[in-house]
Amino acid sequence: MKQFLYFIRKEFYHLLRDRRTLFILFGMPVMQILIFGFALTNEVKNSRIAILDNSKDEATSRIIHQFEASRYFDIVENLNFYAELEPTFQKGQIRLAVVFPEQFQESLLHTNSASIQLIADATDPNVANTLTTYATAIIMDYQSSMEETQDFPYTINTEMRMLYNPQLKGSYNFVPGVMAMVLMLVGAMMTSISIVREKELGTMEVILVSPIVPIRVIIAKMIPYLFLSMVNIASILLLSVYVLDVPIQGSLTLLVFECFLFTLTALALGLLISSISGSQQVAMLISLMGLFLPTIMFSGFMFPVENMPIPLQVISNLVPAKWFYYIVKDIMIKGTGFQTVWMDTLILAGMLIVLLVVSLKKFKVRLE
Amino acid sequence: MGEAVKAERIYKSFQSDKTKIEALNEISFSVGTGELFGLIGPDGAGKTTLFRILTTLLLADQGDAWVDGLEVVSQYKEIRKRVGYMPGKFSLYQDLTVEENISFFATLFDTTLKENYDLVKDIYVQIEPFKNRRAGALSGGMKQKLALSCALIHKPSVLFLDEPTTGVDAVSRREFWELLRNLQAQGITIVVSTPYMDEASLCDRVALIQDGKIMDIDTPKGITAKFNKSLWAARSNDMYKLMNDLRADERINTCYRFGQFHHVTFNEMDHEIKIIADQLISRGHADLRIQKIDPTIEDCFMALMNE
Amino acid sequence: MNREASISVVDLTKRFGSFTAVDAISFDVKKGEIFGFLGANGAGKTTAMRMLCGLSMPTSGKAVVAGFDLYKESEKIKKSIGYMSQKFSLYEDLTVRENNRFYGGIYGLTDEQIKEKTAFMLEHLKLESKADTLVKALPLGWKQKLSFSVAMIHDPQIVFLDEPTGGVDPITRREFWTMIYEAAHRGTTVFVTTHYMDEAEYCDRVSIMVDGKIEAMDTPAELAKQFNAKGMGDVFVQLARTAKRSDN
Repeated sequence: MKQFLYFIRKEFYHLLRDRRTLFILFGMPVMQILIFGFALTNEVKNSRIAILDNSKDEATSRIIHQFEASRYFDIVENLNFYAELEPTFQKGQIRLAVVFPEQFQESLLHTNSASIQLIADATDPNVANTLTTYATAIIMDYQSSMEETQDFPYTINTEMRMLYNPQLKGSYNFVPGVMAMVLMLVGAMMTSISIVREKELGTMEVILVSPIVPIRVIIAKMIPYLFLSMVNIASILLLSVYVLDVPIQGSLTLLVFECFLFTLTALALGLLISSISGSQQVAMLISLMGLFLPTIMFSGFMFPVENMPIPLQVISNLVPAKWFYYIVKDIMIKGTGFQTVWMDTLILAGMLIVLLVVSLKKFKVRLE
Repeated sequence: MGEAVKAERIYKSFQSDKTKIEALNEISFSVGTGELFGLIGPDGAGKTTLFRILTTLLLADQGDAWVDGLEVVSQYKEIRKRVGYMPGKFSLYQDLTVEENISFFATLFDTTLKENYDLVKDIYVQIEPFKNRRAGALSGGMKQKLALSCALIHKPSVLFLDEPTTGVDAVSRREFWELLRNLQAQGITIVVSTPYMDEASLCDRVALIQDGKIMDIDTPKGITAKFNKSLWAARSNDMYKLMNDLRADERINTCYRFGQFHHVTFNEMDHEIKIIADQLISRGHADLRIQKIDPTIEDCFMALMNE
Repeated sequence: MNREASISVVDLTKRFGSFTAVDAISFDVKKGEIFGFLGANGAGKTTAMRMLCGLSMPTSGKAVVAGFDLYKESEKIKKSIGYMSQKFSLYEDLTVRENNRFYGGIYGLTDEQIKEKTAFMLEHLKLESKADTLVKALPLGWKQKLSFSVAMIHDPQIVFLDEPTGGVDPITRREFWTMIYEAAHRGTTVFVTTHYMDEAEYCDRVSIMVDGKIEAMDTPAELAKQFNAKGMGDVFVQLARTAKRSDN
């Protein structure tokens, strides 16, 4: 028995004296609880919507007022023409549009029924569903409140239209997410491990004491993973299109270019991680904790970013995967072109340049 | 004959948690062109740290060093073109074959195995039959030869070998040193570190290093000549008892076991050996033999440690 | 089977698939003997030693260690032996005292006994001031000597030492061997492997393994005569050259 207790005591000593592990064991769960608890929520709040009011009468303004008052919605656009809807959705500025037909109140008074059209951006089908449900609830609320003052019941019909993803397929949402994850994993983690393994083996010493310019070593290490990533993209896209029926609405060339850009970013991150890791285990840990997890949490494919508290939204802007995810969604599902994604692409490219500069500077020409 | 390697007052320390470790303390020495120079000392003496500074992998805290006349800090790129380096643990790619390993290292230096085959031939022919075997599956002695070939393939002017014989069997060790002699004949300066004191006698000159300091530098004969006491070897049928008896004797300075004998030094010169021998025999030591011997490098190393 | 011997081995064999690492070796080690177990890398000595320590089950053959049968009473064997190797000895992130308490506790010593032994050990090695220092802060030579003491903390009948003096400075090496002598003198059997040929001379008897078999076993003096050699170094080289298994 005593033998056993002494062994346990020894294990405690090891644990308490290893600060790095302690941080991971205690610090990480705390952080995760806080982040998950406060920030990551499937609830939708302050979702951006647009109103297209073709009637502009008392009934519509009352309904609009309800929407304004609701904490679930933020009216960001008041549109005037039907034609304006498509571009607004394309730019990703709104998730939902509430469209009132002409002579709304007239219809109600004379025929006791009218329709409201709800158009939702269904690239994220869960969010679309939730929003249309909330919107319908608000409209029904109005309907029942009006019933008290009427003899005959009103019926307000809601017509729903799901844009981009009429069948509300979940795969439309997660394919871009999986692409981001895979590229980040293969690119960053494998590159960093490959470089650090060289350090651990001791062969890095021999390589450094040779005339080869260090940057060539780095590029040589990255190229196989670049190639592998592109193969992965090809297989994901093929499977998505032919097996999951996920379309590629927009330009394939543009899509491939964006994937290439993002892969380079992942590789640069891998390089950066390798210069701060002493062992393969550390490299893997940092890749998983520092890259993979934020990619899942903040890219937006599991939890809508707009619904997070502001500080976390700011953090999500620093995660390259977020920009990539939206770019891919726009191109694949919405079918938009470069005019829409140019700014996101520029941001991603900017991140790549910054990362390359920092990691190249940090890459040590010597051992210490 | 110029100086292939020169170090002047090198100082290097490391910080580990709360303790500061002084790895090298005022190291100064030089190696002539074409010399086979040995750095002799146990683990922790500072050999690897010194090699890393000379091969431009680490920066010294203080002091200067030159390799082939080039300064290690400012002219490191040039140095890296001309030195061969074999770190401890023979850094080879375990999952590549013998041939793939050597071809890779050759191309690092912009050359090929074919071009410089003659240079490494003596060594490479011994492992060539296994050229398609993965390096991980080789025995210690073969890995050693492969690593040496990889370090040589670009015809370096100075070769740094960090503990190349550690962990390898006695037969391979001897063969390895013969290979080094042959290389030296081709004009390459070779700097080798080793913890094995008996290998010191195979070098042109050696530096004895312990706890980050050089205790002495000279030719092996020069070092043993400086041993300023007479050294005696003693043996009897009960070596343990003999050691205790000798150590208890006030006239004895040091008594250390060396293989079949105890190596003994006295506190004063020219003791009457016969008197001591008789006393030991009367204590029951049979087959007693005491004779004067020449000191080895190991004797000198230990004497220097005790100073 | 010699039951009075400290270690008695008959036709001990270990096979890994089609490869025979240890090929029917037989020998006895007397109580209080310093027995040197030599062989080139790959000759099978590490495998043999692991079997004797109870770390690996033989394929066939008989063995009695510290009076206990290797197959049926291996747990009792473990309580009666000590083990130390070059690669691992003490926990670097524990202090000297903590290491002692741990190993002492593992072997069932009482707190009193551990305290007593620790005090004795520290005094003997002149390490009293370092009792509460982390092992990683100690110089290498002291670590090795300390490892040996800790391996002996439970006064085992036999202590197995696997290349205990690798890389250590020459003075510490000899101080280490003085400790081995003292232990043997007190009746502990010492089973040691080493690459240093002069250390082979320090042993009472030496065996040399080649290609899984014991090709020579006797006192160093007798072996030198038998092989017409100047010392153990020469004997070893002569035998190693006959090996088919390792390098050349």
